Amino acid sequence: MSRRPYVRPVSNTRWYLSNGRYRRYILREVTCLLVGFYCFLTIWALAVLATGSADRWNEFLASQQNAAMAALHAFALIYYLIYMTFDWFQLAPKAMPLQFGEHKVSARTIILAHYAAWAAVTAFVAWLVGVIP
Amino acid sequence: MSKRELTLEVMRYDPEQDTEPYFQSYSVPCEQDWAILDALNYVKEEIDTTLSYRWSCHMMVCGSCGMMVNGEPSLTCKTFVRDLPDHVRIEPLANMPIERDLVVVLDDPMEKMHRARPWIIRQDDPPPPDQEYVQSRAALFKFKQYTMCVNCMCCYSACPQYALDQNFIGPAALALAHRYNLDSRDQGKSQRLDILADYDGVWECSFVGACSEVCPKSVDPAAAIQQMKVDGAIEWWKQKLPGGKS
Amino acid sequence: MSIAKKAVVWGLFAAGGTISAFLFPALIGLFLLVAIDKVPPGLEFGSISAFASHWVGKSILFLVIFLSLWHAAHRLRVVFHDFGVRKDKAVANAVYLVAAIGTVVTAFYLYLM
Repeated sequence: MSRRPYVRPVSNTRWYLSNGRYRRYILREVTCLLVGFYCFLTIWALAVLATGSADRWNEFLASQQNAAMAALHAFALIYYLIYMTFDWFQLAPKAMPLQFGEHKVSARTIILAHYAAWAAVTAFVAWLVGVIP
Repeated sequence: MSKRELTLEVMRYDPEQDTEPYFQSYSVPCEQDWAILDALNYVKEEIDTTLSYRWSCHMMVCGSCGMMVNGEPSLTCKTFVRDLPDHVRIEPLANMPIERDLVVVLDDPMEKMHRARPWIIRQDDPPPPDQEYVQSRAALFKFKQYTMCVNCMCCYSACPQYALDQNFIGPAALALAHRYNLDSRDQGKSQRLDILADYDGVWECSFVGACSEVCPKSVDPAAAIQQMKVDGAIEWWKQKLPGGKS
Repeated sequence: MSIAKKAVVWGLFAAGGTISAFLFPALIGLFLLVAIDKVPPGLEFGSISAFASHWVGKSILFLVIFLSLWHAAHRLRVVFHDFGVRKDKAVANAVYLVAAIGTVVTAFYLYLM
């Protein structure tokens, strides 16, 4: 009996199209483009700030004030929340198992703690910039 | 109980006759409480004795009967016809070469399991023969879930990183290593990390999480791998400190 | 065999991911407020300048941008691999270089503040 194992080909470029689990993974991974984008936007803002000129800063703010940017930020915010922040929190319990004696802290508790911390951080930033008094 | 007619589309491949695999259809009258493995056994006994596949315990402890059922890596003894549509596609486990019909070549994952050094490693001398290693329940609970692996290799089938690059050590091997790293009786963590946190090791995982989703024994290899990445990151720094490398 | 340098890379990736998971929704929210002409008082020139001139503000801004850039760079490296581009060393050098440039530029502007 001769052996001739058959290797099924896997597409390097299209493997993720084959099921929903893989598609959602790719949607999660491309949030790195959003992270990079907002990092560079922030660096640009920092560059303007570093000129020391209030006029330049106001010009920069004005340049950011348009419907296209608003739509982009709104879309980015929702996409980011779903595919980055909330996904990251879902995965967090896996990397940080907590056990006290014989009792394992449930994943749900850890995830809820993350949400609570995120809400607190966001509220703090909002207070810092004066969005909430 | 009335029977349900299922159409099984089964991948066939005879290495002595076929250049590539093809699908063959079988119509199987299934009892309502059958697992898909029972349907395959019916095919082999009543319709086509040439069909080849692995199975043994029929109770989710041997890990032999792993196959793709409608595209999902599953233990066929644990996949019940009541949860399946009338049309079921059965293929050999993905990402492994097909030996014949539904039988795959498991050499690569098996070799990788061995690389995890799956035994208790001690640095100091063994205790006297009349003394045992004492382990509390709490210490046992830390690693118990990772002992549940039955080596079915469904996780290797689900892992896209393994599909794209067979150099990746893979979920089951890493979960097995983690089982020992977490065992209070073991002292071999840095030795295992040296092997598994190498270039093609644990870092190849991009946390798709498919392995844990398909695991029939809820081992959660994805969790083991992320924890091993944390261990590896910490250990890298520890080894850089003076006197760190053991 | 030894633990690969990827361990360091991954550590920074994980830290950057945690920081950006918690803070970026707020950051994007700030840009959104500006875009719809509701600039909060904290983003007026006086306040934001004061924040970025103080060593606490500088440290926070630097750490957030540095780690988030690193996170994005490492993830982009994996994305390239997932999309079939297999020149891992070349991709890694390119993305980390961009992250390094961004980090240096950030440090420079913060130094000027």
